[in-house]
Amino acid sequence: MSWLSLIFGEKKSTASVAKERLQLIIAHERVGISGRAFLPDLQKDLVEVISKYVKINPDDIKVGLEKQGNYEVIEVNIVLPEIR
Amino acid sequence: MTTIITVTSGKGGVGKTTTSASIASGLAMRGFKTAVIDFDVGLRNLDLIMGCERRVVYDFVNVIQGDANLNQALIKDKHSENLYVLPASQTRDKDALTEEGVEKVLKDLEHQGFDYIVCDSPAGIEHGAVMALTFADEAIIVTNPEVSSVRDSDRILGIIQSKSRRAVEGREAVKEHLLVTRYSPKRATEGEMLTYTDIQELLRIPLLGVIPESETVLQASNQGIPAIHQKDTPVANAYQDAIARFLGEEHPLRFVEYEKPGLIKRLFGGK
Repeated sequence: MSWLSLIFGEKKSTASVAKERLQLIIAHERVGISGRAFLPDLQKDLVEVISKYVKINPDDIKVGLEKQGNYEVIEVNIVLPEIR
Repeated sequence: MTTIITVTSGKGGVGKTTTSASIASGLAMRGFKTAVIDFDVGLRNLDLIMGCERRVVYDFVNVIQGDANLNQALIKDKHSENLYVLPASQTRDKDALTEEGVEKVLKDLEHQGFDYIVCDSPAGIEHGAVMALTFADEAIIVTNPEVSSVRDSDRILGIIQSKSRRAVEGREAVKEHLLVTRYSPKRATEGEMLTYTDIQELLRIPLLGVIPESETVLQASNQGIPAIHQKDTPVANAYQDAIARFLGEEHPLRFVEYEKPGLIKRLFGGK
């Protein structure tokens, strides 16, 4: 088998295809179930905390979830008002 | 202290009842007073696997609804001391399992001095399955090396992490264990089947054990004797190892390596 695969090129094992597919779908479903549920609450809390110190609009805080490789990254973007 | 162990998987047919029967029997063989409860109302099968189907008089729902008391419904196991079976109802529907009712039965078992209560969950993520995991202290996630089983296991983990009492009350999280069943070392080695390390990487929970695919399991269920009693078989030994690890002992994994048969063996012997 091994010399045959050397000549004809290695075919990807079905198990590794299964693993890749699962990695994608599981990550996607985890975000769908847990991620979206808490993001609005997180945004609301952040607005409250930051409002204690700086006067901001609720829309000036943006919270997002992103996938980078094996990690999920929460991105928080806060736009402070212009200082005059 | 009573520890409640939920055996669950999301997907059906992966070996939850087989595992519940063997884990409960194994704990009882270690001297712990153990009860195993069938939560699959309407489709009970634990009684068959445990070989006590002809001794069922009262069931879990009868106890919840007050038609019988707990001791009338508990069936003493034939094969191990310290082990009792609480069968599910075959006639009622699953809504008969109320949260208060289930909690009361578990509390009563605790008062009777049980060390372990094993909850055999039905498949799916609906009421019966949620009731089976609500009061869990530990959970054994039974997973086959197959895509739909792994995905469903991940789903049920999410439900444990959001709907169990421990999660709702913000207590220490339910301790999760991965049990891979129906594993074929040969097919995994040859790249035809997810390996147990693949599954563990995907689900990210500690591995309790790997139970090899074997005819032993069918032979055990044919006879109504839990697989762990099938002496000197890889399945029974793998379940014993899993119980040892559950109790904190360290054991290397067995029955997970495949050795290619040599030329002599291929020519003359073996299957």
